[in-house]
Amino acid sequence: MIYAIILLGAIGIIFGIILGVVNKKLSVKTDPREEAIIDALPGANCGACGFAGCAACGAAIFNGEAPIDACPVGGPACAEAIAAILGVEASSAEPSIARVACNGSPDNAKTLYDYTGAKSCIVAKTSFNGQKMCDFSCFGFGSCAAACPFEAIDMVNGLPVVNRKKCTSCGICVSTCPQTLMHLVPRKQHVFVNCSNLIKGKAVMAACKVGCIKCKKCEKTCEFDAIHVTDVARIDYDKCTNCQACVAVCPTKCITVDTFTDDFSKAPKAEDTEPAGCSSCASRDTCQSKE
Amino acid sequence: MEVFGGLLTLLLTSMIVKNVVLSQFLGMCPFLGVSKKTENAIGMGMAVLVVLTISAALAWILYTFVLVPLELTFLKTIAFIIVIASLVQLVEMVLKKFSPGLYKSLGIFLPLITTNCAVLGVALLNIQNGYNFLETLFYSIGAALGFLIVLVIFSSIREKLELTNVPKAFKGLPIALITASVMSVAFMGFIGVL
Repeated sequence: MIYAIILLGAIGIIFGIILGVVNKKLSVKTDPREEAIIDALPGANCGACGFAGCAACGAAIFNGEAPIDACPVGGPACAEAIAAILGVEASSAEPSIARVACNGSPDNAKTLYDYTGAKSCIVAKTSFNGQKMCDFSCFGFGSCAAACPFEAIDMVNGLPVVNRKKCTSCGICVSTCPQTLMHLVPRKQHVFVNCSNLIKGKAVMAACKVGCIKCKKCEKTCEFDAIHVTDVARIDYDKCTNCQACVAVCPTKCITVDTFTDDFSKAPKAEDTEPAGCSSCASRDTCQSKE
Repeated sequence: MEVFGGLLTLLLTSMIVKNVVLSQFLGMCPFLGVSKKTENAIGMGMAVLVVLTISAALAWILYTFVLVPLELTFLKTIAFIIVIASLVQLVEMVLKKFSPGLYKSLGIFLPLITTNCAVLGVALLNIQNGYNFLETLFYSIGAALGFLIVLVIFSSIREKLELTNVPKAFKGLPIALITASVMSVAFMGFIGVL
C-alpha cells in the first residue's frame, strides 16, 4: 500500500517536473490582453457569436477579426470591458432582444383544423403548414421556448413571451422558429409590428383579429418615415422614435407597445418620450424642439 | 528475418485487421469529432500517432521495470493515465510552439486525446497480450497508423458527403454514423487475411 502511494507520487512528481521545465522552455508569448479578453467574455461557450467557443471568440476579437461587441450574450457591459482592455472606445453596441412578430393567440387567430400531432412547431409545420388559418401564424407549441438555452421564453396563452431580463439575444429562437416569427430588435425599441403575414388584407381579416391588413394608415401617420407597408408593415428601427402614433391609428391593433420593462419602470407613454419632433407633443408647451 | 516478419505481421494486424476504431471501437469521440476536414484529421492522426507510440512505450517500460518488480500491477490503469495525460500536455505545448495553426484547428480535441480510449486501450492491450518491447512498439505504431488511415478515409468521405444531396433527416452526424458502420463492415472483411 505504502509502495503504491510512493510510486504514484513519484510518477506524478517526475512528470510534473518534466512538464514544468518544458513549459518554461517552450512557452509561447501570448499577449496578456488576449487572456484578459477571454476572461471578460461570459464563458458560456454557447457559440452564438459564430466561433467555436469563448476562447476562439476572444482570440478573434484580439486579432481584429471580430468586433469587440461580437459576443451577443455579454452585451454592452462585456463590450465595454473588452474595449477597456484593448484601449479603444466601445462602439455604440446596441443591445437587442428577441421579439415575436405574431399576436395570433388562440383567441385572436382562427384554427383551420384540429391538430392532434406532436406538440412541436417543427412537426406542426409539416402538417399542412400548421393548424392556424393564417399561414404566418405562431403555432404555439413552444419550440422556441424549448430551444432557448437561457429559459427566457415562456408560453403564455399560446404565444411565446420573451423575458427581457433573461434574453441575451443569442438568436437561437430566431433560427428555431419554423415560421420565422422571432426577430432580434433593438432593446430600446418599444413599438413593434406583431404580425408577419404576407397575404391580402381580406384574407387576413378572415383568419385573424389582429393581423396587418396593409391599410397603410401607420405609414401615413408616421412623421419620421419610419414605418412602411411593403408586404407587411415594417418599422425602420433607426428612424423610429417610439412616439406610438402608429399604434394609435392601427385599426387591427397589430402594432403594439412592449409592456415588458427592464430599464424603466413602465413602458413610456407618448407624452413621456423625448421630444424629438414627435407630433403628439409638438402642440404642447413642454416640447423643446418646437421653434 | 523471421523476427522482422513477425513484427511486420503484428504491425499490419493492428493497423488493418484489428483496427482500433473500426474493429475494436476505441477512440470513437475523435473519430467522429475531428473528421470533418481531412487537414484536421491528418493533424489529429499525427498527434495520436506520437502520443500513442510514446505512451505505449513508456507504459510498457513503467509496467515491466517498476510495477512488476514492486508487485503493483494492479496500479497499471491509473499509472498509464498519468503517463498519457502528461504526454498530451507535452504534445500540446510542442504544437502550440511549433504549429499554432494545427493547435488552433484541433482545439478542444487535443486535450481530449487524454481521454481517448484508443491510447489507454493500446497501452493496456500490449500488457495483456504479453508483448515484448519491440512488439509493443510495432503494435502501437500499427494501431496509431490504423487510426490515422481510418480518420483520413472517413474525413474524405465526409467532405464528399457535405456536397451531396443527403436527405435532411440524415444530414450531419446521422449519415456520418451510417458511413462509419459501413466502413466498419468493410474492415471486418479483413479478418482472416493475416
